[in-house]
Amino acid sequence: MRDAEFFRRWMAAAAAAVEREADRLTELDSPIGDADHGSNLLRGFTAVLAALEAEPSAAAPGAVLQLAGRTLISTVGGASGPLYGTLLRRTGKALGESAEVSDAELREALSEGVGAVAQLGGAAPGDKTMLDALVPGVAALGTSYRAAGSAAENGALATVPMQARKGRASYLGERSIGYQDPGATSSALLLGALADVAESAGAR
Amino acid sequence: MTGEQVVAPGPGSAAGPALVGIVLVSHSARVAEAVADLARELAAGGTVAPVAAAGGTAVGGLGTSAERIVAAARAVDRGAGVALLADLGSSVLTVKALLMEDELPPGSWLLDAPFVEGAVAAVVTASTGAPPAEVAASAADAYTYRKT
Repeated sequence: MRDAEFFRRWMAAAAAAVEREADRLTELDSPIGDADHGSNLLRGFTAVLAALEAEPSAAAPGAVLQLAGRTLISTVGGASGPLYGTLLRRTGKALGESAEVSDAELREALSEGVGAVAQLGGAAPGDKTMLDALVPGVAALGTSYRAAGSAAENGALATVPMQARKGRASYLGERSIGYQDPGATSSALLLGALADVAESAGAR
Repeated sequence: MTGEQVVAPGPGSAAGPALVGIVLVSHSARVAEAVADLARELAAGGTVAPVAAAGGTAVGGLGTSAERIVAAARAVDRGAGVALLADLGSSVLTVKALLMEDELPPGSWLLDAPFVEGAVAAVVTASTGAPPAEVAASAADAYTYRKT
């Protein structure tokens, strides 16, 4: 079972990964985006850590993720804010108010969160978006946390030959081909952070 | 509905029927303000529906601020509905996310319309006291004005 502390550690690991990779995310976002993905996410996750620290009463997994999501929506300033914010909020809502959740419940809740992202952005796998990492990643959670992290990473790599059909990159048409999608890359970081935290907690 | 009277807050106030409020959400504060001014000017000549600009980030950069959007929607809410018009990417997504989470006043909705033309159409129509459906239809109609 996973308690609020597990989810706080996940957010901290995600923030650390974003900080480590911020320059790379922004670099990926320069040829096909507006070169702010790394700095936007860094601002967002830094605010998430501060919000969680200021709210020790967020003592349930669902509350932790909802607070994180709300913070991302208000602080990021770019499209990744509402998208990641909705992912975490919807996942948090699906987890409900239980003080502990099972791995199966987390998997189910994350699927709902990913569904909400697809609905919000009107995107589907193959459109060269974060869904290309999230959908295979969450599907592989049924195998293991590490498998989810790897599947998301592979999903991000698989966006290179795709032509963007959503967001700023879609204006580039065929010229978007040949670049890895920054949103899929940061989604892989998020699921990679989850895998790291689960492994250090002694999961499969 | 006559004269240049200020519309008092609250539904069915003494100033006449409550008007639909309009919020213009842009990546740029200057774009949002300028389009709001343009729409207000073109709607002038009587009561003008409440219009608020929510442009740029909270720290004055380019981007979208959820706080600014929520504050603007509350500022123009007269109880008759709030129409939000957004320009690009994160503006649209942030409004949708706020609607999904019920963080905007009741009766808020996202217009599907071009930003400048839709803003003018929405403000002019809302200023006549038209209900939300008419405001939405008039703004969406702006997509059909061909330029060539």
